[in-house]
Amino acid sequence: MSRKHSHAAVSRRKFLAGVAVASGATAVPPAKAATSASTGAAPRMPSALPPTAHVAAAEIGTPNELSTSRIGGVPGSDFMVDVIKTLDIKYVPSNCASSYRGIHESLINYGRNTMPEFLTCTHEESGVGMAHGYFKAAGKPLMTLCHGTVGLQHAAMAVYNAWCDRVPVIIVGGNDLDAAHRPPGVPTFHSAQDINALIRDFTKWDDTPVSLQHFAQSFVRAYKIAMTPPRGPVAISLDAGLQQEPIRNNGEKLSIPRYVPTSPPQGDSGAVKEAARLLANAQNPVIVADRLARSENGVRLLVQLAELLQAQVIDQGGRMNFPKTHYLSRPPTAVSNADVILGLELADFWATVNGWTDNGEHGIGVNSTRTKPDTKLISINSSELLTKANYQDFQRFQPVDVAMPADAEATLPALIEAVKAAIPADRKSDIEKRGEAARKAYAEQRARTKQAAALAWDASPISTARLVMETWAQIKDLDWSLVASSGNVSNWPSRLWPMEKHSHWLGPSGGYGVGYGAPASVGAALANRDLGRFSVSIQSDGDLMYAPGVLWTAARHKIPLLAVMHNNRGYHQEVMHVQRMSNFRNRVASLGNDMGPIGTRIENPDIEYHKLAESMGWWAKGPITDPVQLGPAIKEAVAVVKSGQPALVNVWTQPR
Amino acid sequence: MRLFRMGVPVVLAAGLFLSCGGAFAASAEKGKTAYMQHGCWQCHGTQAQGGVTGPKLAPEPMPIEIFTNFVRTSNRAMPPYPKAVLSNDDLADIHAYLQTIPKPADYKSIPLLNQ
Repeated sequence: MSRKHSHAAVSRRKFLAGVAVASGATAVPPAKAATSASTGAAPRMPSALPPTAHVAAAEIGTPNELSTSRIGGVPGSDFMVDVIKTLDIKYVPSNCASSYRGIHESLINYGRNTMPEFLTCTHEESGVGMAHGYFKAAGKPLMTLCHGTVGLQHAAMAVYNAWCDRVPVIIVGGNDLDAAHRPPGVPTFHSAQDINALIRDFTKWDDTPVSLQHFAQSFVRAYKIAMTPPRGPVAISLDAGLQQEPIRNNGEKLSIPRYVPTSPPQGDSGAVKEAARLLANAQNPVIVADRLARSENGVRLLVQLAELLQAQVIDQGGRMNFPKTHYLSRPPTAVSNADVILGLELADFWATVNGWTDNGEHGIGVNSTRTKPDTKLISINSSELLTKANYQDFQRFQPVDVAMPADAEATLPALIEAVKAAIPADRKSDIEKRGEAARKAYAEQRARTKQAAALAWDASPISTARLVMETWAQIKDLDWSLVASSGNVSNWPSRLWPMEKHSHWLGPSGGYGVGYGAPASVGAALANRDLGRFSVSIQSDGDLMYAPGVLWTAARHKIPLLAVMHNNRGYHQEVMHVQRMSNFRNRVASLGNDMGPIGTRIENPDIEYHKLAESMGWWAKGPITDPVQLGPAIKEAVAVVKSGQPALVNVWTQPR
Repeated sequence: MRLFRMGVPVVLAAGLFLSCGGAFAASAEKGKTAYMQHGCWQCHGTQAQGGVTGPKLAPEPMPIEIFTNFVRTSNRAMPPYPKAVLSNDDLADIHAYLQTIPKPADYKSIPLLNQ
């Protein structure tokens, strides 16, 4: 690739070879070595030779090459940094590695380690996870650097989560393409012919630039593609030679393309009109939103549409789409009485209107329908524009009556206007009555939810409802943001906390790859730190143990985050899978000495997460088993976080 | 990589049971042990309070006959528990335990819930 032209100047390989020769010359002067080889009789040597003029100069002088640059010009990776800086990327959370040493050096020296700032990560999965969480809090993507084959494989699960969650992350992977010149051994193990193939099935786009101008074009293109809804991760493979060799003057002036955001795709006007007609004439329209709101504006638009129709809204929680304090907010069961359902950026429309039960005579599950037979379905979903074949994140196929492959937030303004025009005058009083009924149903639902939370209120291990509300009591007066909730706390935050703003909840991982919670929380907390928000996460035990080193990254870079642990000491999702298999096979599930089937528990010994966090520079407390002690412990932790440090409270909890 | 799938509701009920050959005196104490050993707590919580993975079982558990029938024949999210997995005696003890679980306080008396 770039090294085809390396003979024109001092190449990296030639430079390294020169170093080796010079080293040998220092130990044994070449003239003497030649003499010894030709005569075969070594003359007697004194124990210490005086330095030759050449050696003395090498030791005390400044080599000509170093006085300017040994590579004979401006490094190519300096230009790469120039390109990156045009896009206002703030951080590069990465695990350092040789395959991208060229750009690493340029970032911290030439780029002065600002915009972007290098953040030290202990695992590539953490770097991508941080970028994932950061975007959902800040609305701006980060870049992460990955090392060759091994680094990218470490990163892969986090990339898949970002893909499923439609979150842009710019992955730049070091790779050494030139088999004739790359270092043998480890760097060659870490090189690949087409390294992006590892993650191509779950990235929007990738490229392998072979020149600096190619890099400039590809990087800006990658950013643009990643940021255009439906968003997603992109990958650029960076040849080590291209990073390290100097910018060559071959008559072409390097330039950086200007980034202009692409408008999000809107729904077809005819389809919008038809959807409006169905909604305006429905007796009981229901709106279901999953990854609808890309911003606060998405929340505002959804409220406007819902109130216009007095339609119940089910927020599936892929993002914070709809205020939980709004009287039209309803649980998932509300689809059962709908005659028209509008699905907005649903990850799984099939499962919204159907059920699947892991039971039945043959152990292959039982399908059921959740809706009335003639219910009309409308879908606005940008994911239809980005479907690939291999990974099955597109879920089961659900036929709908109106399908718009478009960005829902961008389409809502047109849909709202169309609905206004489509509502018949004689329907307006009926629509108002729907609102009155919804207010009553909402109040009843709230009372039932709170009474359910009162169950096992004083239990030990601590109930998840108590965990959530003790946390809430300490943060309610702050500009809080629930950045992640790993594990399963029975959805208490969305059921009990007055979530109203887009930043109040950032949504789950997307691909349900365990290990998202900790790094995404740290990444989101980084964004919130800069935005002046208070970050809280509900951190499960199993999730934290995938890559706990991100705790150190948070402490190292002074990222304030309150992590309240949902430590149920097990992989509870898996418990029932094993129990189910045992029951189907008429066998008693073997527990060993644990509280669940062998292989599903994280106990004996119990992990002392508070000590783990302390060892990495966090303030921490635990294990808290008495619910009375929980509030005071969280209060202390909040004070620490407000001072700018991360804090963790290890709480032994009920399973769910 | 393990995939964390969305939780599915699981229902486990328990109750008084007449074992083969005569009346069986169910024990709430034994029932609590059986409730934990058979993993009922994993979906329903240690105090049978329920959650997204399974409904509450107490206070006021369903009648023993309905309870037993459901546990043995469930075609819903909870897999059926055959006798080889959960004996009649254990099932009856579990129901007895559920009957001892007191009613929770009214949420209005809990300051954190009455906001």
